Amino acid sequence: MAETHSLQDMRQQAAIAAKVFIQRDYTNGTVCQFQTKFPSELETRIDKQQFEETVRMLNNLYAEAEKLGGSSYLEGCLACLTAYTIFLCMETHYEKVLKKIAKFIQEQNDKIYAPRGLLLTDPIERGLRVVEVTIFEDRSLGR
Amino acid sequence: MKNCEYQQIDPQALSTPTPTPTQPPRPAVEEEKEEERARRKWEVFPGKNRFYCDGRFIVAQQSGVLPLTLGLILVTTVLFFVFDCPFLVKHLTVFIPAIGGVLFVFAVISLLHTSFTDPGILPRATPDEAADIEKQIDNSGSSTYRPPPRTKEVMINEQVVKLKYCFTCKIFRPPRTSHCSLCDNCVERFDHHCPWVGNCVGKRNYRFFYTFIVSLSFLTAFIFGCVATHLALRAQGGRGLMFALQENPARYPFTKTLFWSILGLSGFHTYLVASNLTTNEDIKGSWSGKSGAEDTANPYSYNNIITNCCSVLCGPMPPSLIDRRGFVPVEESSQTVATEIELPMLAAKNEINVEDNCLDFAVSCAG
Repeated sequence: MAETHSLQDMRQQAAIAAKVFIQRDYTNGTVCQFQTKFPSELETRIDKQQFEETVRMLNNLYAEAEKLGGSSYLEGCLACLTAYTIFLCMETHYEKVLKKIAKFIQEQNDKIYAPRGLLLTDPIERGLRVVEVTIFEDRSLGR
Repeated sequence: MKNCEYQQIDPQALSTPTPTPTQPPRPAVEEEKEEERARRKWEVFPGKNRFYCDGRFIVAQQSGVLPLTLGLILVTTVLFFVFDCPFLVKHLTVFIPAIGGVLFVFAVISLLHTSFTDPGILPRATPDEAADIEKQIDNSGSSTYRPPPRTKEVMINEQVVKLKYCFTCKIFRPPRTSHCSLCDNCVERFDHHCPWVGNCVGKRNYRFFYTFIVSLSFLTAFIFGCVATHLALRAQGGRGLMFALQENPARYPFTKTLFWSILGLSGFHTYLVASNLTTNEDIKGSWSGKSGAEDTANPYSYNNIITNCCSVLCGPMPPSLIDRRGFVPVEESSQTVATEIELPMLAAKNEINVEDNCLDFAVSCAG
């Protein structure tokens, strides 16, 4: 069987050793932020700085999505004036940032996490509650 | 030896595996799964909601009063157009029905948006997530200070906020989230469950709800004013107020009742918006000190009326977290594919089909 490096194949063939869940951090209120505390299960797989950097970037992206500022107020007022029918044809600012986040997670998985046998799940697939990190069995030692 | 049945193999029949007495009905089930179309997530949604247009619209299970709300608004406006507009257009201005029409359309669209939008439902925890949380709860029980089980305390803007564990959704509820028993869902920034709109009012549809009640207040105020003007003009016409009322009965007190109750509700919600509170928090007295705790202030308020209003009504529109129209991941079929590849290597299994057996035999003979 040929060695494959794509995430799809890894998901289907590799056995899942464990799953770690990074919970939400509510110290700043209801804004979407995740805890940057490094989970002990990942100590053998990835560098602490690297992981904290990923979570910090994610938090920054979510803060950008939920930022209250001129552009978001303008979008809100325009939507109200058109009786919210504008949402049927326009993509909201939040949705645009969510696409950016999806791309960021894909990049992080491809470059950093997949080579180490880890997989980050986009928080939107878990209702923005957790960042799920799947730890795959380390097959490289077995072969 | 293996339990095989040697029978004439019809090449045409190979594509459709025939279930023989020794074989369990697994091939038939597999084919069923392959033919079964991928289901959308709304079809397997665990809460008590109803979905229309293939998951595009979501309402509560009991949306019985929504038609009544629509009917009341429609009837009042139609009566206004039929009885008052002709007279007022003749005696005042042609803009009267135009303004009435715009307000009516605005109110109805806001109502439909409130009713059919996901209020901010939190999807339930996956089994892995639920197990992880259970583990954490069990582990944390060993500290000296024991908060009641299934609660977690967090500090938000120097206020201690208790997060409760939801037994139905198997998550610790985020702040301001509440579980609606009618819809059986946890809803973010839960305000209340409104039977008039047939849906919960939460984070995602509060602005639509507020727009609805404010535009409805304007509509009823406008109709009330027009009806009063109509009656006054007719009374002035020489025959007196009583005769005018006799000619146009019922609409006047009806509109008056509607107007005051909706105006009261709009006023209440304007206060809530300005102080960044939810109906749920106001009723429970979470931040007003009624519950006995001292020095409690609303940690979510920006302490500025304009900022509070802007953040609640004009803030960024959060996405729906339940992904109604997404497809249910077919993890079961990928597992059956994996096991099918492994099966020919295991001699003890009865599920090996005849084709593979004969192929192995042929290969062994040739080799």
